[in-house]
Amino acid sequence: MTATDNKATVAKDDLVTLTIDGIETSVPKGTLIIRAAEDIGVDIPRFCDHPALKPAGACRQCLVEVAAPDREGNLRSFPAPQTACTMVVSPGMEVKTATHSEVAKRAQEGVMELLLINHPLDCPVCDKGGECPLQNQAMSHGQAESAFVDVKRVFEKPLELSTEILLDRERCILCQRCTRFSSEIAGDAFIDLQERGAQQQIGTFDTDVLDFDGYAPAGHAMEDEAGRAFSSYYSGNTVQICPVGALTSAAYRFRSRPFDLVSSPGIAEHDSSGAAIRTDHRRGTILRRLAANDPVVNEEWITDKDRFAFTWQHLDDRLERPLVRGDDGELHEASWPDALAAAAAGLTKAIRPKTKGAKVKGAAVLPGGRITMEDAYAYQKFARVVLGTNDVDVRTRPSSDEELDFLAAQVAGTGVGVTFADLEAAPAVLLAGFEPEDEGGVVFLRMRKAGDRQQVFTLAPFASRGVEKLDARLLPCAPAAEASALEDLPRDVLAALKTPGALVIVGERLATAPGALSAAIQVAESTGARLAWIPRRAGERGAADVGALPSVLPGGMQVSSAETRAALAAVWGVETLPTERGRSAERILTAAATGQLGALVVGGLTISDLPAGAKKAFAKPFVVSLEVRRSDVHEYADVVFPVAPPAEKSGTFVNWEGRLRSFPTALATGAVSDHRVLDMIASTMEVALGTATIEDVMDEFARIPLDDTHRVEAPEVSAAQPPRGVVLASWHQLIDNGSLQAGEPYLAGTARVAVARMSPATATRLGVSGTVTVKGSTRASITLPLAITEDMVDDVVWLPTNSPGSSPAATLGVTAGDVVTVKGGRRS
Amino acid sequence: MTLTPMLTRQWAEEQSWTLDTYTSGGGYRALTKALKKEPGDLVKIVKESGLRGRGGAGFPSGVKWGFLPEDDGGPRYLVVNADESEPGTCKDIPLMMASPHVLVEGVAISAYAIGARHAFIYVRGEVVHVYRRLLNAVKEAYAAGHLGRDIHGSGWDLELTVHAGAGAYICGEETALLDSLEGRRGQPRLKPPFPAVAGLYSRPTIVNNVETIASVPAIVDNGADWFSSMGTEKSAGVGIYSLSGHVAQPGQYEAPLGITLRELLEHAGGMREGSQLKFWTPGGSSTPMFTAEHLDTPLDFEAVGAAGSMLGTRALQIFDESTCVVRAVTRWTEFYKHESCGKCTPCREGTFWMTQILQRLEAGTGTTEDIDRLVEVCESIGGRSFCALGDGATSPIVSSIDLFRDEYEEHVRLGTCPYERDASVLFDLPEQEGAQV
Repeated sequence: MTATDNKATVAKDDLVTLTIDGIETSVPKGTLIIRAAEDIGVDIPRFCDHPALKPAGACRQCLVEVAAPDREGNLRSFPAPQTACTMVVSPGMEVKTATHSEVAKRAQEGVMELLLINHPLDCPVCDKGGECPLQNQAMSHGQAESAFVDVKRVFEKPLELSTEILLDRERCILCQRCTRFSSEIAGDAFIDLQERGAQQQIGTFDTDVLDFDGYAPAGHAMEDEAGRAFSSYYSGNTVQICPVGALTSAAYRFRSRPFDLVSSPGIAEHDSSGAAIRTDHRRGTILRRLAANDPVVNEEWITDKDRFAFTWQHLDDRLERPLVRGDDGELHEASWPDALAAAAAGLTKAIRPKTKGAKVKGAAVLPGGRITMEDAYAYQKFARVVLGTNDVDVRTRPSSDEELDFLAAQVAGTGVGVTFADLEAAPAVLLAGFEPEDEGGVVFLRMRKAGDRQQVFTLAPFASRGVEKLDARLLPCAPAAEASALEDLPRDVLAALKTPGALVIVGERLATAPGALSAAIQVAESTGARLAWIPRRAGERGAADVGALPSVLPGGMQVSSAETRAALAAVWGVETLPTERGRSAERILTAAATGQLGALVVGGLTISDLPAGAKKAFAKPFVVSLEVRRSDVHEYADVVFPVAPPAEKSGTFVNWEGRLRSFPTALATGAVSDHRVLDMIASTMEVALGTATIEDVMDEFARIPLDDTHRVEAPEVSAAQPPRGVVLASWHQLIDNGSLQAGEPYLAGTARVAVARMSPATATRLGVSGTVTVKGSTRASITLPLAITEDMVDDVVWLPTNSPGSSPAATLGVTAGDVVTVKGGRRS
Repeated sequence: MTLTPMLTRQWAEEQSWTLDTYTSGGGYRALTKALKKEPGDLVKIVKESGLRGRGGAGFPSGVKWGFLPEDDGGPRYLVVNADESEPGTCKDIPLMMASPHVLVEGVAISAYAIGARHAFIYVRGEVVHVYRRLLNAVKEAYAAGHLGRDIHGSGWDLELTVHAGAGAYICGEETALLDSLEGRRGQPRLKPPFPAVAGLYSRPTIVNNVETIASVPAIVDNGADWFSSMGTEKSAGVGIYSLSGHVAQPGQYEAPLGITLRELLEHAGGMREGSQLKFWTPGGSSTPMFTAEHLDTPLDFEAVGAAGSMLGTRALQIFDESTCVVRAVTRWTEFYKHESCGKCTPCREGTFWMTQILQRLEAGTGTTEDIDRLVEVCESIGGRSFCALGDGATSPIVSSIDLFRDEYEEHVRLGTCPYERDASVLFDLPEQEGAQV
């Protein structure tokens, strides 16, 4: 928050008046001189200072001359210049910066000269050159010639902190922004200062000193003298805040000069936070992504996934032209008119078969969870208007009817609810089916920022390192047993949740625990805590809002209500809308697999994300796929349309808060959005879908009368008996085998190595150690190193959902809550 | 002025370090006296005695104790700074070696006075023998009931922990010491908050030098007036002067503040045979150097300050005319370069640069511009660094160029050092019976 933001809300008594370079200004008590100067546009050079980090006073670049009234009120100068980044303003203070004080000027020049003596001055080959605070300030505040003729300190370069983050120590000016970020913001204090004097350097810790079993990075990372790899989901932020070129990313190193790049604002597509990003591209290729500063959402931080996972759209398997399956059974490139005709014919056949007496099987739509709100709108309208069905479900993941009712009652069309600011201010937060670090991205950082002010409780089988960093209290709970746990919360937890501002946060995984979402609503209602649903994928909230669900119409209106259907039909200019509640994604897959569906319209999804039997669902029906790259769906697809990745289109993600996060086109490539393709298919089928442009979609959506009176009741599903045996627990790691992370080996190396987790007692009972082999309902098995995890619920084994060597759904045919068998591991 | 042994009184006794020796000389009597007084009265006595911090800065100790906030029921700590590392300073280590109990008693009284129930002595890591001796003394004191539960039947408890540092000059800076004591990297903290408000484990903490705390028992035993009757008006009491270098009898001389080097040299048998005083430091290497001109400057806080230096730790390093000042200053600067913690730019980079310039000058390959450059770099460090270490590093350079610029220039002119290389470090072997050379 800047001083200006504060001012409006600060009472006059709490303002302090001072002068900076002769300009009088009033700022809130406790403001640092450097912030007060920024506020009135006075420039003070600085390196270690960062508004989001605690003051360090290390670089000494911001020295200014300060005088302040003494007890008698006489203005007295401080004997030496003071650092503006550490000194708090006081009434009547007079500050003079380098433009108004010879002392300050001499001091700043002196520090600049000293900063440069050991700096290699390799700007012409440095990635930071052209956007480097050190370079810029050396030009503006430094001397043209160096008096240093002696020997510079050198280090071996670069030190690989991880596969992604590289450190050139000789460029480092030891401002400690990276170490302070790591410890204060991310909580991954893997790097710190080592050695002293001019040999002081950023280094990593000894693996034996910090025992993070099972959280080591998957990739190679060089060790320094003390020997440990840098492992953090947020490490890329250190590169961005490094005021010199000391920290670079392997992905961008030596790839481009900043002045050759074109920057476009964007919204990250990797999670439901809607983090603001800046996309830097050159000649049609994205070179890097940076965090943009959005104080209400991501502040100035993003996850490494948001930062580095963008190469997927430039890979060789990118689709450029439509594909149509020929008589030879192979997919061939086709013209758009031919492909549209083929798609229209196939879909028409499924919904209006020409053959007399043929059964109308109908078609269903699976948009996938990564779409924009506009695309989701087009998919659901396509289903309802063109295909005449409510069989549309964005939830291509484990889900339930209870969840559908939950979304209809609590989420769809409810607007901005709990916000990031609420999350930061909450005195107590109960997490259920949600891992903030793995599944929430910057949600984790906001909770961490709350620090000691916030009590965190987590309903989980064990305390992950992420929740440990939040000092969360574990409420041990086996998977699928969340409902009973929520019904039976300890008294002090309930008391904490009664504090005003407390939150209950549920993740998408809670759908797999019968009764859990119903119980979560009950907890919120009985304590007065507010409830928030944080899905993993970027498109799910927006899709719920625009009705890409089998029982929900745009704006959260109910399919079951004739009144709302009629209102919507009027806006859409159609006579009727399908009346029956549609099939959920899981039912659509089952129906398709058993030949009950004639066609599927499929957005961005991968079969390997779906349960083991899902392949069959695509084999029988006519499949139209809208995709960016070739995917495993295309083995079965009859018509494939290339669509634009988020960087090549404009649109809106609705983040978990319910906030619209619109973004413009970063790269204008001519690739088209899903909503446009659907509009073209519809018009080929002689239906005017009206979703050709974003404006069309938004105008129409705005005309839909929202009627909250027909909202469904919150679900009241009772808890199920927990299964007997060893139960699988699982969630996605932030960095894993996700299809949007393809083609980025440096990022993949920072993923956590896949392990299986079990409590010591369970491991002992099963007589396993070292590695374990887990089997489910298929013949295949997963063998992983076993990480014995203290305080874990017994008779539970945890596996990552989609990591290298571990995809329980696709491999074992099981999801969280299912019973598995665990044996001593044999490496195959 | 005569010598006034207070802390050094028992140093020459047989087994001076044992509890028996200490109690036979009246040790722990002051503790009994103190425990019968109100803590506030003890703070008052120390205030009235005029005792000033003996660690170098000379801040009035009673006033410092008075900075502690009101008791909020939470813990507060006394930390003794025994990280004596300044070149030339050699008072705390011999004191802890010869008479550790005077420190332990001082800790007990001072902790009682400020309401601390846990005190720490942070000892320089390299002096393992001192660490052992302190540990033994503390063990003895616990066994004898001078520490621990219900001390002297007063109902008052005190735990005393002796902690060995890992060998870093910067940990003598009080906030770096606190970070180190907490198990962190020893680097100075941002102030405010000052340790009196948020020190060790963010609790109110008093950090005092060994000699300061060790002076407390005698003050309590003999009264504030007795103590302030010695020394000068503003620099009351006695202090240990450590004389080293080219003197006949180097060692620790305890005398009232305000004694002169001329008087001290008389006690120490004068300069080494046949040699003349060239330059000396009044308070360790980080205080600007003096010459023979200052032989009669009273060695108290005010007079030394007025003469352009600092009393510091009363570490008198004495150099005769066989010493190359450039060489001496280079060695000191190498020390500061080695000990700079690295936190702030001026000290980290400045000491790195100045070392190289000085080494060149000493070797005779420097230029006259280098001499000016040194002064300029010192200007970029002094008053610009995070803590006082940076300022200290500039003192010997600036003062030596002030006083001996011609000697620097002679190095440049001759292209070599004009001094016989080892003359200053060669000493005649004292004659000993049966000694074989």
